[in-house]
Amino acid sequence: MKHKTFFWFFLPTALAMLLFIAFPIISVVIQSLFTPHEAVLLTVENCGPFGCKTETSIDQEATAALKLAEPLGRFAGLSIYLDRGHLAVDEVAALWSGRESLGGFFDGLKNLPFYRAMYFTLTYTFVVTPLLIVLGFAIAVGVNSLHRHLKGLVIFFSLLPMIVTPLIGSLILFWMIDSRGVLGSAIQFLADDPDLSLKASTALTWITLMVYGVWHSAPFAFVVFYAGLQTLPQDTLESAMIDGASRWQQIRYVVIPHLMPLVTFVALIQLMDNFRVFEPIVGFNAEAHATSLSWIIFNDLGGETRLLSSAAATSVLTIIGVAILLSPVLVRTWRDFNAKT
Amino acid sequence: MSSKATQQPLGLRIVIYAFIGIWLVMAAFPFLWTLWGSFKVELDFFSITNWKDALFGPRTQATYGSSLTGAGYEGAWIQEEFWRAVLNTFIVCFFVVCTSLTIGTLGGYALSRSGFKYTFWLLIIALIFRAMPPITLVSGYLLPFFEWNLWGILPTSIIVLVAINQPFTLWMLHSFFQKIPKELDESAKVDGCTQFQAFRHVIIPVMWPGVITTGLFSFLLAYNDFAVTAMLLSKENQTMVPKIASFLGTTQTEGNVMFAVAAVVSATVPLFILVMFFQRQIVSGLTAGAVKG
Repeated sequence: MKHKTFFWFFLPTALAMLLFIAFPIISVVIQSLFTPHEAVLLTVENCGPFGCKTETSIDQEATAALKLAEPLGRFAGLSIYLDRGHLAVDEVAALWSGRESLGGFFDGLKNLPFYRAMYFTLTYTFVVTPLLIVLGFAIAVGVNSLHRHLKGLVIFFSLLPMIVTPLIGSLILFWMIDSRGVLGSAIQFLADDPDLSLKASTALTWITLMVYGVWHSAPFAFVVFYAGLQTLPQDTLESAMIDGASRWQQIRYVVIPHLMPLVTFVALIQLMDNFRVFEPIVGFNAEAHATSLSWIIFNDLGGETRLLSSAAATSVLTIIGVAILLSPVLVRTWRDFNAKT
Repeated sequence: MSSKATQQPLGLRIVIYAFIGIWLVMAAFPFLWTLWGSFKVELDFFSITNWKDALFGPRTQATYGSSLTGAGYEGAWIQEEFWRAVLNTFIVCFFVVCTSLTIGTLGGYALSRSGFKYTFWLLIIALIFRAMPPITLVSGYLLPFFEWNLWGILPTSIIVLVAINQPFTLWMLHSFFQKIPKELDESAKVDGCTQFQAFRHVIIPVMWPGVITTGLFSFLLAYNDFAVTAMLLSKENQTMVPKIASFLGTTQTEGNVMFAVAAVVSATVPLFILVMFFQRQIVSGLTAGAVKG
């Protein structure tokens, strides 16, 4: 295909991505360097019969005019990144110099909003991803050995947790684990504690969110692994059988090595997706116990006062996090591409 | 393929059936439970005394004279005007799917037919864009959209969702087009077609399976989105998911949780139908990127 033809074919999609993905990223970076204007103050001296008084009031007109003239706000450099809501450099330094033990330092760190969110996001990402791969693999092996009439039905129901809107899925589970809901009552009965509530404790909330994460994403791993099992080389499997490999050995030495590239694929996709965990926190109403980076941005943007600059700074930090997670994928794609040519 | 050698011993088969059974309950039970419960009153669905109330609905019986009631649906759809959100959702989904498929097929086709090195870099850039959490982009949209008075209306959200969709659409269509033999359109070009005519008359008739699969995923992305639509739509133009989220704030205090439950069930039904009819396409779409690489 000629360059020119390629250009015209590719132009519409390139424009869409340029305008609504590339420019916003630049816009976020710029916004994060500015901070909202302070209100313009007006000092008036009122002189009455009992002497003079100075009064300070907000000059609404001048403030509005300033906002209109420079909607970005005033230039703040990196100060937003370093403030308490983000990297909290001063607080971290104070904690470090005043630390009694390393554990105490980390406990103090967990009280700062950004590090608290980072802590949950990373824990969630690295707990949920391996678990969903294991569960997805187990389901795939199980379904693969079922009778073929059953397979379609099982796949239909297995797809549901993944297809359903994340917010809706988490709401459905949230209502069930409510202390008056069916799962909540069951857990109270099992634990023999009528006051047990999954929403009240931080540890239980985290576990709930992670169970939801595995429930939501395991079907994806299942479908991918199940498709991989269909391409399993039967000859290798048969020769392993003839050599006397047990069922477990067949799985360990034939099936798992065959699926290994798919495991990497699922792991990379899921690492990226779990890193943006957001909807379950809204759905489970869990922000008192667990916050994530995406949730902080959402929280800054919503409400009456839209904290655009603060949200922008968190966004940039999140993008850096995504970039770090993404780098192995890029290296892999680069290697594949070089191998092909 | 069930020879004697591959047959499982009875014990193993029981373990497998039990495991799959447990998974099926985990996957399906929450939906069925909520569907059944949405026809009850709140005191039955969230029962303090006995969990069986949600099954038989004694209080629903006492209030409405029958153990099932559509009161939650009536409240959500009519009183809270959920139908407006449903309408908005389908407008958004329809236009997102159409637009992103139109520009996506052109782009994906070009990527699959051009052998130059920049196609690789374009795909890599698309991959990076795919990894961006949408909410980080939203914080970049808000200020310009406020400035230019684009905030709050459906077309803005549609365009934004189309753009966010593009990287994924491109990757998927690219791999589908690569499976269509190049000789097909090259022979058309030998016969005197331009590149666009070859695309129009030779490729379009054979591309539909791939396009339908990609369209399904575009639809799901638009339908399931919360971050973009919650932030970019004004209250009157809300789609289903942000509308449900806003229900939570207002109804929990008024004791109308059942409105939210009914709305959630209403929003799940289209997805159910989708999976029922397009299961094969969804499975093939999920594995398209994975199995070949």
